[in-house]
Amino acid sequence: MTAARILNLPNVRTLQAGGALMALIALVCIFALATPSFFTTANVWNVTTQATLLLIVALPMTMVIMTEGLDLSIGAVVSLGTVVFALALKAGVALPAAVALCLLVGGTLGAFNGALVGGLGIPPFVVTLGTMGVAGGFALVGADERDLVGLGAGVTALWNGRLVGVPVPVWVAAALYALLHLALFHARFGMAVVSLGGNREALRLAGRTVAGHLVAVYALAGVCAALASLLLAARIDGGNPTAASGMEFDAIAAVVIGGTSFVKGRGTLFGTLVGTLLITVLRNGMNLLALTSSIQVAAIGVLAIAALALGARGQRP
Amino acid sequence: MMTLYSEQSRTLLLRLAVVAVICAAMAVVVEPFDTAGNLMTVLRQASLLFLLACGLTLVIIAGGLDLSIGANVSLSACLAAAAMKATGQPLVGVGAAVACGALIGLVNALVIGVLRVPAFVATYGTMWIVHGIAYAFMGGDSIYGFSPAFRQLGTGFLAGVPVPVFIMAGFLLMGSLFAHRTVWGQQIYAIGANPTVAHLSGVPVARRLELVYVLSGLMAGLAAVVYLARLNSADAELGDSLMLQAVAAVLIGGTSLFGGSGSLAGTFLGCFLLAVVLNAMNLQGVSASWQPIVTGAIVIASVLFDGLAKRRR
Repeated sequence: MTAARILNLPNVRTLQAGGALMALIALVCIFALATPSFFTTANVWNVTTQATLLLIVALPMTMVIMTEGLDLSIGAVVSLGTVVFALALKAGVALPAAVALCLLVGGTLGAFNGALVGGLGIPPFVVTLGTMGVAGGFALVGADERDLVGLGAGVTALWNGRLVGVPVPVWVAAALYALLHLALFHARFGMAVVSLGGNREALRLAGRTVAGHLVAVYALAGVCAALASLLLAARIDGGNPTAASGMEFDAIAAVVIGGTSFVKGRGTLFGTLVGTLLITVLRNGMNLLALTSSIQVAAIGVLAIAALALGARGQRP
Repeated sequence: MMTLYSEQSRTLLLRLAVVAVICAAMAVVVEPFDTAGNLMTVLRQASLLFLLACGLTLVIIAGGLDLSIGANVSLSACLAAAAMKATGQPLVGVGAAVACGALIGLVNALVIGVLRVPAFVATYGTMWIVHGIAYAFMGGDSIYGFSPAFRQLGTGFLAGVPVPVFIMAGFLLMGSLFAHRTVWGQQIYAIGANPTVAHLSGVPVARRLELVYVLSGLMAGLAAVVYLARLNSADAELGDSLMLQAVAAVLIGGTSLFGGSGSLAGTFLGCFLLAVVLNAMNLQGVSASWQPIVTGAIVIASVLFDGLAKRRR
């Protein structure tokens, strides 16, 4: 609080995104000194490309959390997406149709979540917990004893290919960032998202539907999860029913580290971008230092809870 | 006789009827379902799940949620297994599991109460942290082969009835008395119904919330002991599928996600119903991949009815 006042920053959110940015810079310096293989051109591109998958699901997650919601089904939906995409391609479906099918599955699951949350006022973490079980189970059933590996060079180019020297996934993530930034801060839709978290009554009084906007936000999260699943399938050159399990954890952590709050619709996409990079750098550096994934998860969990606790302190009067 | 006609008893009887109908249907459709041996298998499964779900029931009645219980079971069971292998003393193992479970519950309570992180995010975070610790601790291995005396806790029979059923019955009785016949129990209902009113009526809200999260963690540790005795092997994935099942059991048992209403007896019925369904799927040779689909669908259906009922009120 006092720090925010002394630095004359507009609010705690900005401060926290700034803090995360400083932590990111510090982390890059530490890893650059600790391992010679970290700050190389190849690894910088590697980290940037890897971060795109997380960013694509973390950006819509920011909107979901701004509406005082949560989507725990994201990881399972991404995994299911890779299986659906691979099954469709293996069955001889044309690439554009397979992509459309995958986006449709993601969007439908998301819209279903949104309908239960918005239409009936059921707590989102329980609805999406159920969807997580259903989507994860269908991914396992769909992949059951089927060959889902080897999708062809046309698909893997989605991950490996470069346009003007920049990897394709980076273009996709950048386009999504720009699109969602416009939607959130320069369109009526964004006003509605902020009101969903800050003041639902105002939205209702303005004659706009609360349920409809919630369906849209969750459906967006589902479509983006499907988009991430396409890139993930291209990366692993196949479908895998557990490829992205737990991805929602990284996404939620990225959002809260970036300073988005679970109350009052306060959030920024820039903070989420910083949080995403922080988590990806942390994981990459810990990988290079040969620390196992389970330790990485625990570290990210502690970081996220610390960020939430800091945010909660800042909000106290 | 008054209590028999209360709202809660009526919904409980209704659920009992639903369970009876489903069991009857299974007995007709599924081949070796209606044997005494299979009934005992189902009862044992339901009792194991109840140990985990009863603590969660109190948390949900108080208007909270504990997503960390599945990971808690994994870590507690692994620690218990390691402790028993190191010392050869079953009691040390039980102590390790219960202490680990209660400690995780305490961490949840502090993160929620002192750091003011929303319950579902806090317990979701601790779930992954505990999950990570369990995987790091086990390093991909499993620990198996425990003393026959210890294994009796999970696999033994007393008078033809599995031992876990007796453990479950003890906790059901004690828990129900605690919830319905003590001031603390009633305060937990009051907090779930309306925390502000409870606070204004002099209920120590923060203290009671701490209590329910510690109890939830402690019961997860205890459930870990009995699961370990039943499975005779511990690995870091042991409790992974249990959190969703426990949430499903509590919700079908009639405990409202919005807090303030529910019962442990209902939760046992929920555990039994879930065990019946999963057992029947098993007997029919349905792939285990379908289990999370059915469990997830049950969770969604339960909250759907809960939400519709709330809207009618």
